[in-house]
Amino acid sequence: MNGPHDLGGQMGFGPVAPEKDEPYFHAEWEKRALGLTLSGGALGGWTIDESRHARENIPPAAYLGASYYEIWIRALEVLLERHGFAARAEIDAGRKQMEPATPKRILKAEMVAGALAKGGPCDRPVETEPQFQPGDRVRTRNFNPETHTRLPRYARAKTGVVEAVQGSFVFPDDNAHGKGESPQWVYTVVFDGPEIWGEGADPTLTVSIDAWESYLERM
Amino acid sequence: MSTHHHHDHHHDHGHDHQHGHDHDHDNRYSDMQARVKALETVLTEKGLIDPKAIDAIVDTYETKIGPRNGARVVAKAWSDPDFSEWLRTDATAAIASLGFTGRQGEHMRAVFNTPDTHNLVVCTLCSCYPWAVLGLPPVWYKAPAYRSRAVIDPRGVLAEFGLVLPETKKIRVWDSTAELRYLVIPERPEGTEGLGEEALADLVSRDAMIGTAIAGPRP
Repeated sequence: MNGPHDLGGQMGFGPVAPEKDEPYFHAEWEKRALGLTLSGGALGGWTIDESRHARENIPPAAYLGASYYEIWIRALEVLLERHGFAARAEIDAGRKQMEPATPKRILKAEMVAGALAKGGPCDRPVETEPQFQPGDRVRTRNFNPETHTRLPRYARAKTGVVEAVQGSFVFPDDNAHGKGESPQWVYTVVFDGPEIWGEGADPTLTVSIDAWESYLERM
Repeated sequence: MSTHHHHDHHHDHGHDHQHGHDHDHDNRYSDMQARVKALETVLTEKGLIDPKAIDAIVDTYETKIGPRNGARVVAKAWSDPDFSEWLRTDATAAIASLGFTGRQGEHMRAVFNTPDTHNLVVCTLCSCYPWAVLGLPPVWYKAPAYRSRAVIDPRGVLAEFGLVLPETKKIRVWDSTAELRYLVIPERPEGTEGLGEEALADLVSRDAMIGTAIAGPRP
């Protein structure tokens, strides 16, 4: 979707403001927000792709005015309600009012080290051979789906070169919507700055994205 | 807990001050404290989360998984040509050999700065970041200013970090649009031939591994 999250090339946000010796957290609630987001994901009700799409669906004015942990919490509330774990009214009231859906698992303290060390690999085998090879010239598709995609707007309908075949991975455009993992080959595709940004672009700049095979057309 | 509270209060005050006593901002952060507390309370009552698991997650990223992991990878790459080659061909396995695995480091790629090319990593669509080697991302990495401009004006962004590159140096920006996570291997500073890996790791900042700095002694 063409949501507020798709920020590449937008203007008006001012300078980057690096903070010297930045702490990992700026408030106690941010720590809880991190843990709640990971613990919520562990319930098994949704995929990382669905959670990203929930964040993208935060209304633009709210998204752009929120810190990232706030974005996480807003999306987590939506996901918990969507999957029957907690209703809006319960969250507002801060107490239980109904039995939740049955989770696949509950992340207990003793499971944390193992779960974090294992992560969530999302490479999957596919039956087909990769359609593209390093050096191939490709054009990214021109589309504007209302659903989840990982092809940024700035990189649509652009010509680039395949630099690497990176393996086959879960396809987020399907997986975010419960349509299955539909794995595809993923390629690193490199674009010259002027191809993306046109007049006045930095001639020394190249930008790469990692693109699923169905984002690409052969030139 | 009370000491934490004091610290938070102190910090929140500083944060608000920095934003000119913006009341909306002030309310937003106290709102988030209450909102996240309510969410944790409900989910705990429902048996869906273990608050001690949240403590364990926070402890992991405050004390165990941080940029020192990545710095050790870089120091070893500088010291050991075989390891460097392994990083180029299978970064996930090479990094795992040092014990750094798991969440948001499942599929690693190492990208090497050279005299000709400087690498810079961004996630324009969300906040993808190599947690296993760098820990949690800084606020600026997740905020719109960096995400919007890194792909269109990387030299301007780097200048805001105090890094001015020669005009002839190429800049390659890696937009982390898929599940590959990028670690920049900065160039080894001159005059470091005699140093061991621990001393070398001291020269590698988090920002140098994102690409918003180069390696060297802390300024």
